[in-house]
Amino acid sequence: MNLLYLILPLALGIGAGFVAAFVWATRKGQFDDLETPAMRALFDDSEVDQEAGPETRE
Amino acid sequence: MNPITTELSEPRSKTVDGHATCAHCQLPVPAAMMREDAGQQFCCAGCRTVAEAIQASGLSWYYQLLDQEETAQPARTTGRDYAEMDDASFAEAHVRTGSRGELETVFYVEGVHCAACVWLVEKLPQVVPGVREARLDYGRRLATVRWQDGVVGLAQIARALDRLGYPPHPVCQGSEQLLRRDTERRQLIHVGVAGAIAGNVMLMAFALYGGWFHGMEDGFRAMFRWASLGLAVLAVTWPGRVFFRGAWAALRTRTVHMDVPIALGLGAGLLGGAWNTVTGGGEVYFDSVTALVFLLLVGRTLQERQQRKAFDALTMLSALTPRIARRLEGDQLREVPQAALRVGDRVEVRAGESVPADGRILEGSAEFDLALLTGESMPERRKVGDLVHAGTVDRSDRVVVAVVRTGADTRVGQLMRLVEEHARRRAPFVRTADRLSGWFVAAVLLLAGVCALYWGMQSPAMALEHTVALLIVACPCALALATPLAVAAAIGQAARRGILIKGGEVLEQLAKPGLLLLDKTGTLTQGEMQLSRWQGSAEVRAAAAALERRSSHVLARAFVAAYADGPQLAADDVRETVGGGLAGKVRGQRLLVGSPSYLRDHGVACSPDLDGAWGSALEAVLAAGQTPVAVAVDGEWCGLAGFGDPLREDSQSVLDQLRADGWQLGILSGDHPRVVESVAKQLGLPAQHCHGGMSPEDKLAFVEQAKRSQSVVMVGDGVNDAAALAAAQVGVAVHGGAEASLAAADVYLTEPGLSGLRALFQGSRGTLKVVRRNLVLSLAYNVVGVSLAFAGLLHPVAAAILMPVSSLTVVSSSYRSQPFRPR
Repeated sequence: MNLLYLILPLALGIGAGFVAAFVWATRKGQFDDLETPAMRALFDDSEVDQEAGPETRE
Repeated sequence: MNPITTELSEPRSKTVDGHATCAHCQLPVPAAMMREDAGQQFCCAGCRTVAEAIQASGLSWYYQLLDQEETAQPARTTGRDYAEMDDASFAEAHVRTGSRGELETVFYVEGVHCAACVWLVEKLPQVVPGVREARLDYGRRLATVRWQDGVVGLAQIARALDRLGYPPHPVCQGSEQLLRRDTERRQLIHVGVAGAIAGNVMLMAFALYGGWFHGMEDGFRAMFRWASLGLAVLAVTWPGRVFFRGAWAALRTRTVHMDVPIALGLGAGLLGGAWNTVTGGGEVYFDSVTALVFLLLVGRTLQERQQRKAFDALTMLSALTPRIARRLEGDQLREVPQAALRVGDRVEVRAGESVPADGRILEGSAEFDLALLTGESMPERRKVGDLVHAGTVDRSDRVVVAVVRTGADTRVGQLMRLVEEHARRRAPFVRTADRLSGWFVAAVLLLAGVCALYWGMQSPAMALEHTVALLIVACPCALALATPLAVAAAIGQAARRGILIKGGEVLEQLAKPGLLLLDKTGTLTQGEMQLSRWQGSAEVRAAAAALERRSSHVLARAFVAAYADGPQLAADDVRETVGGGLAGKVRGQRLLVGSPSYLRDHGVACSPDLDGAWGSALEAVLAAGQTPVAVAVDGEWCGLAGFGDPLREDSQSVLDQLRADGWQLGILSGDHPRVVESVAKQLGLPAQHCHGGMSPEDKLAFVEQAKRSQSVVMVGDGVNDAAALAAAQVGVAVHGGAEASLAAADVYLTEPGLSGLRALFQGSRGTLKVVRRNLVLSLAYNVVGVSLAFAGLLHPVAAAILMPVSSLTVVSSSYRSQPFRPR
């Protein structure tokens, strides 16, 4: 049970790490726009085809 | 790669039910637009331009991405050249300089409707060399563009966006915008930190409760308590600071605010828990304290987000009005920002455009629609030498105007100053929840005192314990959540119905009936002249229409519009007398069309010597507040038209409904008293509340006066209503309103007509009902909790359960209700 004395601070430390990451991300503006990035993910792959598209046609 | 994919990405016209669909927007193509030889069909010139621009830039993949399920809309493209954006004064206001010689600006872009639009806008660097990056914020329709200075001009970038179907509008990127962004981020950080702390403290509290039932080593107990204390101190002093700041501000100004009881509860919980942690006795309350901070912040943030969304939508609407002027430089025309105009500049104003600054007409004459400035429904003619005000709209011909006043000195600018003054002076509204909290604090403090005294006499050891338990369980967590959550839900629902609400207190104020004052032109009426009545034979009407077709006068066009289906005749020898009427020959007969005095001047027998029938017809037209136009054939009176600004279809039913709800109704209009009287009679409104001929200052004074005895809601659309909108308890701007009225109003109805007004009032009542229900629920929890604590019966476990359950009840009650649901 004495392990608890180690685990609790460890858990809190990990938690603090994630909170720090969240604060950093927010300050960087990662959460300013929650809609558009989801849309961008949709067409990231297709761009490869698109770049090749006009050439194939010619 | 795949040839089939490439082929698919070509825009295609499909054939549905025998009709071709537009290759760009998939709407049906009108027969007149069909081109036999072409494979691609377009529904309009806009779609053709946009589709050609997209294909020429090799961006046909757009059509592949396009979600066909989305509601189709024709492309918007204006074809403007955006020359004003290359002006130095424009750059000063809208362009930021970045690193490495890059410039950056933010546009509000119209026409964005799906994910494919995001893709297309962000492909801008491929279309315009020199553009480094384009990023679109889909939710707010804001495109941030970065480009290389000197390689490409802003006007060229704007033109490219326009041709792709996204007309850009400048957005002011002031310090205000940055401040707001930082506030938003800070709020999010606070919510996140408070949430993380609340979760961790809750876990440790579980361990402590477990230990309470089954026994626990003192060392562990102390560790969990000290760890929770540390986190709770962090939660209260960092994200929770806002409540103490609010409470302090309220105390200093001797007002009541929800923050006062909250700060009291938080403080008592933290200090009591800290004392018990240090001494090792009693209970700790850190789980309650941290959960409280988290939940309250969530409620607050949600409400503010919804309000900001509505506010954004309004700001964007005003960004849509182009602020450009065409300045004459020698013989050259140049588009410049309105802000760059100086006294003495000559500007050109074309039909359909609004005048950019106060000025005197140098060339030409035209009909000017003064409705937004004065409320008059009938346009007036202005000739060379006449003064025209900024904000009035040219309805007929091109004129050249010499600028005499600009910006804040114009009539509109002066009115805007009035608006600002009154928006600032408006007394803050005290919400029910805040009013309640004053009583609440008094009651809690009294009870706490009595509790301490009573237990102090019974068993001094338990006095502190029970008093702190009482203060915590009395902390109005659910009470403080009750209003913001209900309001946030309501504002969100209202926005989906096209009602933009800037502040939550508006809903509470609209729920109780008072005096409702309406503007006439453009609010109750459609704001456009139409043919209201015609007396005379069909042949005379056809002949008159032939003559009227040759004039650009507002009434002439209204006459022709009402006669679109009849047989078309030819008119010869047409002469127009400005401000009078038309003379000409149709089918060999001499025809006169114009005002009764114009006919009299041309020797046509007119009232009072007119024979009975036409005389009384003319009386009737004038009595109805309409503008008469008479027709004479070969010197004999044989037709009469009455023009008016017709009521909106739903005005009558909406007003009847509002009257049934207990509202007193009135009209404040700048139009002629006779016209107002006739409208009031039609709508059945009492004459003592209906006033015509009012200047913007008169309207303001009237509202100020009426406000002393009752709550006043003003509904209007024009610049002339703006000051009254700002002064009234609640100002509602209606669809199509002037920019000034958008800025002054608390609520904006984005859909034409007054039915939005009815929904607004119903929704407000519904919202207040939800708020009341929430308040009752949370107060009930508090009463039960406080009684138990007072009796010394409140188990810490019971307190821990009661707290989140009461908040959850309020949360679900707020989101289940739909006050703005269409019925």
